[in-house]
Amino acid sequence: MARDGEDTGMAKASKAKRQRKKKPKENKTRTVHANIHYDNAKGEENPNRHYASNKIKTTKYTVLSFLPKNLFEQFHRFANVYFVFIALLNFVPVVNAFQPELALAPVVFILSVTAIKDLWEDYRRHRSDKEINHMDCLVYSREAKRYVEKYWKELRVGDFIRLRCNEILPADILLLTSSDPDHLCHIETATLDGETNLKQRQIVRSFFDLDCDFDPLKFSSIIECEKPNNDLNRFRGYIIHRNGRRDALHKENLLLRGCTVRNTEEAVGIVIYAGHETKAMLNNNGPRYKRSKLERQMNVDVFWCAFILLVLCLFVAVGHGLWMFQYGDKRPVFDVLSPEGTDLSLVMSVIYLFLTMIIVFQVLIPISLFVSIEIVKICQVYFIHQDMDLYDEETDSQLQCRALNITEDLGQMQYIFSDKTGTLTENKMVFRRCTVAGVEYSHDANARRIAMYQEIDSEEEEFMSHGGTLPRRDSVTSHQSGRVVLRSHSTKSHRRTGSRAEAKRASILSKHTAFSSPMEKDVTPDPQLLDRVNECSSQLDFMRFHHQSMSHLPSGLSDIIDFFIALTICNTVVVTSPNQPRHKVRTRFELKSPVKTFEDFIKRFTPSRLTSGSNSSSSSSLNRSSNRGCSSLLSSPSTESTLTKLNEEHLSGTLEQAFSAFSPQYDEKPPDHPEEGELRYEAESPDEAALVYAARAYKCSLVGRLPDQVTVELPHLGKLTFELLHTLGFDSTRKRMSVVVRHPLTDQITVYTKGADSVIMNLIKPPDTGNTKGKRQKKIFCRTQNYLNLYAADGLRTLCIAKKTLSKEEYARWLQRHLEAETTIQGREELLFESALRLETNLHLLGATGVEDRLQDGVPETIATLRKAGLQIWVLTGDKQETAVNIAYACKLLDPDEEIITLNADSQEDCGVLLEESLRYIQSKFLCNSRDPSTKTFLSNIAHFEIYPQSSLSSSQTAHFMVHRLGLVIDGRTLAYALDKSLEDKFLAIARSCRSVLCCRSTPLQKSMVVKLVRNKLKVMTLAIGDGANDVSMIQVADVGVGISGQEGMQAVMASDFALPRFRYLQKLLLVHGHWCYSRLANMILYYFYKNAMLVTIVFWYQFYCGFSGSAMIDQWYLIFFNLMFSAFPQLITGTLDKDVSQETLQQLPQLYMSGQNSEEYKPYMFWMNMVDAFYQSLVCFFIPYFAYADSDVDLFTWGTPITTIALFTILMHLGIETKTWTWMNWLSIAFSVALFFTAALFYNASCPTCYSPSNSYWTIQRLLQDPLFYLLCAITPMLALLPRYFYRACQGTLFPSVAQAGRQLDKLPSDTRRNVLGLSRFKMRSLLGAGPNFLSLSKPKVSQTTTPGSSQDKQSPMKQTRKEKGQKIQLVLPHSHAPSHATHSPRLSGKPKPHSTKHSDETLPPPGPSSPSQTASPPLVKQMVSIHLNLPPDGASQCVTYTQSSEGGLRCGRVAEPAHRTVPAAERAPHTSL
Amino acid sequence: MMASSYKDEDGHITVSGSGAAAGAGGGSLRSKKPENTAFKQQRLPAWQPILTAGTVLPAFFIIGLMFIPIGIGLYVTSNNIKEFEVDYTGVEMSSPCFTCSQNFSWNSTKPCTCSVPFHLDQPYESNVFMYYGLSNFYQNHRRYVKSRDDSQLNGNEESLRKPSKECEPYAKHNNKPIAPCGAIANSMFNDSLELIYIDPNGTKVQIPLTATGIAWWTDKHVKFRNPGAENTNLTVVFQGTTRPVNWRRPVFQLDSDPDNNGFINEDFIVWMRTAALPTFRKLYRIIQRRSNVHPTLPRGNYSLEVVYNYPVRSFEGRKRMILSTISWMGGKNPFLGIAYVSVGSVCFLLGVLLLIIHHKYGNRNNAAEISH
Repeated sequence: MARDGEDTGMAKASKAKRQRKKKPKENKTRTVHANIHYDNAKGEENPNRHYASNKIKTTKYTVLSFLPKNLFEQFHRFANVYFVFIALLNFVPVVNAFQPELALAPVVFILSVTAIKDLWEDYRRHRSDKEINHMDCLVYSREAKRYVEKYWKELRVGDFIRLRCNEILPADILLLTSSDPDHLCHIETATLDGETNLKQRQIVRSFFDLDCDFDPLKFSSIIECEKPNNDLNRFRGYIIHRNGRRDALHKENLLLRGCTVRNTEEAVGIVIYAGHETKAMLNNNGPRYKRSKLERQMNVDVFWCAFILLVLCLFVAVGHGLWMFQYGDKRPVFDVLSPEGTDLSLVMSVIYLFLTMIIVFQVLIPISLFVSIEIVKICQVYFIHQDMDLYDEETDSQLQCRALNITEDLGQMQYIFSDKTGTLTENKMVFRRCTVAGVEYSHDANARRIAMYQEIDSEEEEFMSHGGTLPRRDSVTSHQSGRVVLRSHSTKSHRRTGSRAEAKRASILSKHTAFSSPMEKDVTPDPQLLDRVNECSSQLDFMRFHHQSMSHLPSGLSDIIDFFIALTICNTVVVTSPNQPRHKVRTRFELKSPVKTFEDFIKRFTPSRLTSGSNSSSSSSLNRSSNRGCSSLLSSPSTESTLTKLNEEHLSGTLEQAFSAFSPQYDEKPPDHPEEGELRYEAESPDEAALVYAARAYKCSLVGRLPDQVTVELPHLGKLTFELLHTLGFDSTRKRMSVVVRHPLTDQITVYTKGADSVIMNLIKPPDTGNTKGKRQKKIFCRTQNYLNLYAADGLRTLCIAKKTLSKEEYARWLQRHLEAETTIQGREELLFESALRLETNLHLLGATGVEDRLQDGVPETIATLRKAGLQIWVLTGDKQETAVNIAYACKLLDPDEEIITLNADSQEDCGVLLEESLRYIQSKFLCNSRDPSTKTFLSNIAHFEIYPQSSLSSSQTAHFMVHRLGLVIDGRTLAYALDKSLEDKFLAIARSCRSVLCCRSTPLQKSMVVKLVRNKLKVMTLAIGDGANDVSMIQVADVGVGISGQEGMQAVMASDFALPRFRYLQKLLLVHGHWCYSRLANMILYYFYKNAMLVTIVFWYQFYCGFSGSAMIDQWYLIFFNLMFSAFPQLITGTLDKDVSQETLQQLPQLYMSGQNSEEYKPYMFWMNMVDAFYQSLVCFFIPYFAYADSDVDLFTWGTPITTIALFTILMHLGIETKTWTWMNWLSIAFSVALFFTAALFYNASCPTCYSPSNSYWTIQRLLQDPLFYLLCAITPMLALLPRYFYRACQGTLFPSVAQAGRQLDKLPSDTRRNVLGLSRFKMRSLLGAGPNFLSLSKPKVSQTTTPGSSQDKQSPMKQTRKEKGQKIQLVLPHSHAPSHATHSPRLSGKPKPHSTKHSDETLPPPGPSSPSQTASPPLVKQMVSIHLNLPPDGASQCVTYTQSSEGGLRCGRVAEPAHRTVPAAERAPHTSL
Repeated sequence: MMASSYKDEDGHITVSGSGAAAGAGGGSLRSKKPENTAFKQQRLPAWQPILTAGTVLPAFFIIGLMFIPIGIGLYVTSNNIKEFEVDYTGVEMSSPCFTCSQNFSWNSTKPCTCSVPFHLDQPYESNVFMYYGLSNFYQNHRRYVKSRDDSQLNGNEESLRKPSKECEPYAKHNNKPIAPCGAIANSMFNDSLELIYIDPNGTKVQIPLTATGIAWWTDKHVKFRNPGAENTNLTVVFQGTTRPVNWRRPVFQLDSDPDNNGFINEDFIVWMRTAALPTFRKLYRIIQRRSNVHPTLPRGNYSLEVVYNYPVRSFEGRKRMILSTISWMGGKNPFLGIAYVSVGSVCFLLGVLLLIIHHKYGNRNNAAEISH
């Protein structure tokens, strides 16, 4: 919003001012001195004095500035300026039409309503500012020589602060000391990013050695760092000690405002950024301002209104000129001279009159429309919020509308772009299967267990829905009430930093459910594998006992143990104990001397180890796509010395020593945590946790993790401590992560790598085929690859595990270059990336895992329903193609009986060829298939790529492009080519004729590019839904962004317009609320235009009878308050509460949604129809009283008041006709409106006989109420005025009812009849959607007898028809076989209707047409067609056209992306398609 | 930006904050679950009319059947009203007022008189209302309508001396405030009309005309007041003011009756109530019914004696005298009756049409739906 921008703008401005004051050299950095050396009283000398204080002020106004500033802001809205201009025009005597003060009333009213709203918001901000500014913190005081309590606002840059556990950070603080023995401070950043896992922050390295308490008085260093910026993941600077030594500072040293200190008793830091300059404050972005499609359309019509206004005014002005002209020089007595007594010239009076008329007719541009829309939208948002069906019991979260002004867009969506993981799936990873060393362990018991959980889940759900209580939550709270206290305390004061509520909910959510549901935790081990693990570890134990070398272990066995070690340690999981969930397990296992020295050495000279190690655990997913492992900033001061030391280092740690380090005492030592099995693992991504839990099932459990060591408990061996030398964190480019550890058993430096199979498999050391080992390796490799394909085919997420052992020398070499890379300033990220690449080569494959990501409840049903609603669903995922395809099948995005076009290309040219061919294929196929002439014309058009709509309205051109039963699968690389300017048109042409599109392996950027492309080129309404940070860009690009408030942090939610707890809620949000919001608002806007036009034109007709003089018979008070008050309430009620169709029907007949997609409620012609109707009605309302009072002694206002009354009645009754549901509120509001008018009129006409010049309507209404003529007029006029509309509506209802009306009729039926009808309704609805009156013939049984069933078109008919229906409702020529083919089904089905107990529409309504039994029995015709055209071997039950262009060969045995089971023989993988 | 992000979050904060607090104390979190009320879930009981031929049929027939009799009644009532109109503008040569109309202007001082004979075919029972009618006179012109000072007319002394600027340019004349000011007052109709009944035997009988009771009661008693409430000597009260330019006499000489003089002169009040349409009539006099035996105006010959003061020819205006009896619905106007009858018939016809549509399409539609 503008004002938001202003906030930051203000901050920037003030910053700029500050900068100007400072010396130029300070422009790039900020220097912070400790305040302690400067007396507070003499602030002048304090070098920190220029920095912002910690006092925050988020209010926009002060008492003085409120009025001017607020007005200034409001005048940014064009409409407001217009109305003020008109009001001011009234102060010009020659043109004024109303009492000037009165003319100001509406605009003042509107402005003050907005101003009061702003004032209230600002006051709340002020209050919360005050609350925050007055929070306490401990600041070191020079005078008292101790830490004293101060308010946050008194904090200044350079102050020393003592932080206690669970305290909230008041500013951005550089961590100097911590009570933590590891020099760490743990913080929770939930308020910043919604992630609840603990992040570790380190103290500045120069203060590592301080053993005694830190004394601020002795602090003499100077800190130089960068200017305040909003990058949460960046902080650079250095600290200059008195001796001139410089130590680098990086983001691991900075504690950000708004975070909470956890697990750390005490910490001391110095304030670096305060108040508005803190990163959290700079990061605070509010919702964006979006304008809905409906509003855009409305604005066009507002301009039309303005045009009409000008035309009317011009007409009257010219009329006045003519009227004056006819009198010539003889000036009649009633043509009053100007106040000066002079004769007005003709031209001047025409001009004056023109202005006057603008004032009189100003109502035509509805001043209250904008306010009303805002009010209605707020109410709509309220109701969406309140919907129980959108409330998720499990997470205690409901839908959030973050954007208040685009609710109606929800009813007009055409394309949905969905993320897969976490959106369609639960993002609850369940370990399913694994393969180790080429042997597959299927974990059948585990699969059974999961199936059981699913049952339990559904039962529980049922129970919850019936009982309504929250059994789960209760148990959780009682179990963790201690923490709840802590949380409620800690979160109390954090308003500043993002959405606290959201963060809090996220934290609750993640704490109770994330990554730790029993389903994820309990893994039933595969007995075979368990045996082998036991065997292996007992052998190890034996060997250790006998002092044998580890290498004697059979490689199969060592692979197993390595595999589990890798699962356990190759991650960033933090271990916490359940009774103190926020306290990490803190058991340091002391290592014996040789290792100790090494550790010391590492500790002292390779800070990077620490940084990159903790990096990945703490760098958080604020920006997951950034290179995670490579962002440390520390430059080691003495790289050379490190290396020399390394060279000198004599590592005498032999196997024996290593073993002796793990003397049995450790095993006997009572564990710190009795219920060790209950250790909780907090992971950043759920699959990490899943793997750790899986390893634990094999008794290989992670016990503790410190920055420099990982402790693992192994069966028989007890606890083993691995020294963590490096962690190369996961990033989306490398798609893998590695840990470099020192293996305690072998004492070798070992690299464990875990990552996406596509990457890892390429990094595996090619086995030398010479020896048996090599052959075996090759075999393992191929087998693993096969299993990977198998897993992917099952829709599992696959990860490969590999390892590599390094010799000391190799390591030293690598370390040297790595350290160099870390210390470079420029291009450090790239260097680190390369360094990681150097390490991760020639890996030894250990195995692979398959993790299942379960589909969320109701996803297939939701997708099916949304599709029926005419929405095109695209899934954009980062997953690999096979997994994505299989998930797509699972969630019914792809249909087994639909063809799939797979696009995989290796180069731009290939991609172009592919696209061309697929396009031709689609053309030829559907050309032959179709006997429909319209299709043919369409297909001939396709060659011209007529994808650009002529008009901005999508409805007309979507008819051109039919959607076939085709699926498109494209991978990220090909997508990148296809999104190229030269190919994007073709790509779109293909994509839009496919029913579903699946983009795999796509990057966040590609996701947003796809959305942008579709949105801009096809001019359709797009909705993007996602849950993670990688979806943010897509969410922001789409017309409506929906975030799933799931487990992956809050970024998606923060970027979204709506946040849903579950994907399936999208159905109700779109189909019900979207539809309602849209139809309500569309109707209200249309009504508004009508209403204003109607009132204005009544006055316009009068101009013919008052010499075009701008006179109005409607009293100025009525004229001005008519819109604002008398007729305002009923339409607000209707706009908020009207339901054209009940929610049940809307959900069961998703086709109803299409009315919104096609903008059927508010088409451009409707505006004009309403205008014409308004003209007619105003004619009636004017001329009936005119003739009734013609040539009588009626005076101006005695005549005008009945007209006003009649207009009011007409307008209200018009609303009545348009109102579909009448609740008591509708009745009340209408009664209120009428009562208000009469009360106001009675009071007004009795109040003052001489005021209100020029209208002098004293006692008018009182006399009228005694006049029978008044009542007679009020009875007949509205009747006649509304007769056409009423008649039209009635005829429409009978002759060509809209789909919505059919739905409404269904609503009226008794519930069981209705269910029966709905069971069949697809026929009716479908035909309804087809050519208009066609549906009437539906029930004629004779048609069904004349035709034969099962034409090929049956297969495409539902979508085709529905799509075709768009825009061209009636002229559509349907193939003759259509309706009959439906009809043939009807007798069969009509026997079937029985009440269904389930609610899901999909269960009640089997998918239309094609899924009927006859289809499954006989081979689909399309399939045959395919085989003719493609010469594909008839395989399986489904068809898949695979275009594969691959120049890769070599190692990839069958890795090319064909969906498993449908693999096209390898011969066809030539650089050509299978066509 | 933060500003607006706060707006909707603060609500949550309070909710969740208290929820957490409650959780701490009582061990049960207050859930955010929305209340299951009919209102919040948008399940308010509602009447859902569906407009189809079948459902609106009755409405059309009912309207038709109601309106037609009302219309007939109105028409009959209107027809029973007797009305007679004499145009005395004097545009045609043959008209007795032709000469007056020809050589008359606002400035002429000598009154011109003419008498217009007419014949009443029917006797007029009960009270007869005598109107003067003007055509083509735009009393509703915007600047004209505004050109008055209500507060002066209400007897405000200050406004009397210092008329509102709305009256400009008829506020002052020769530096004296005009009373009453403004264009409306200035253009007041000032013809005087007399009605003379010519007996069959030739004697002329002047019909007594009542000049009071023709204005609204509230106008006469509330809205219009003479200044100097106690002082009955209007000459003194209006001292220092001048008459409107077009007037012959000052305002305090409009009538001899002190209760009908000055601003509360009813002819003046009637004139000041500006007409809605350019063709209008204004009540001039009432002919009271004298006895139950004789009609108020027996049939026969009459003569309208006009003192022709008011020029209308400059704007092609017409002047009429209208005699009319009155009913409960006002003067004679057959329009409303006709309108009712025609709207009623149209409704009825549309009802029939709908009935046909309903029979032809509606039934089948519904049947199709339910029979499945």
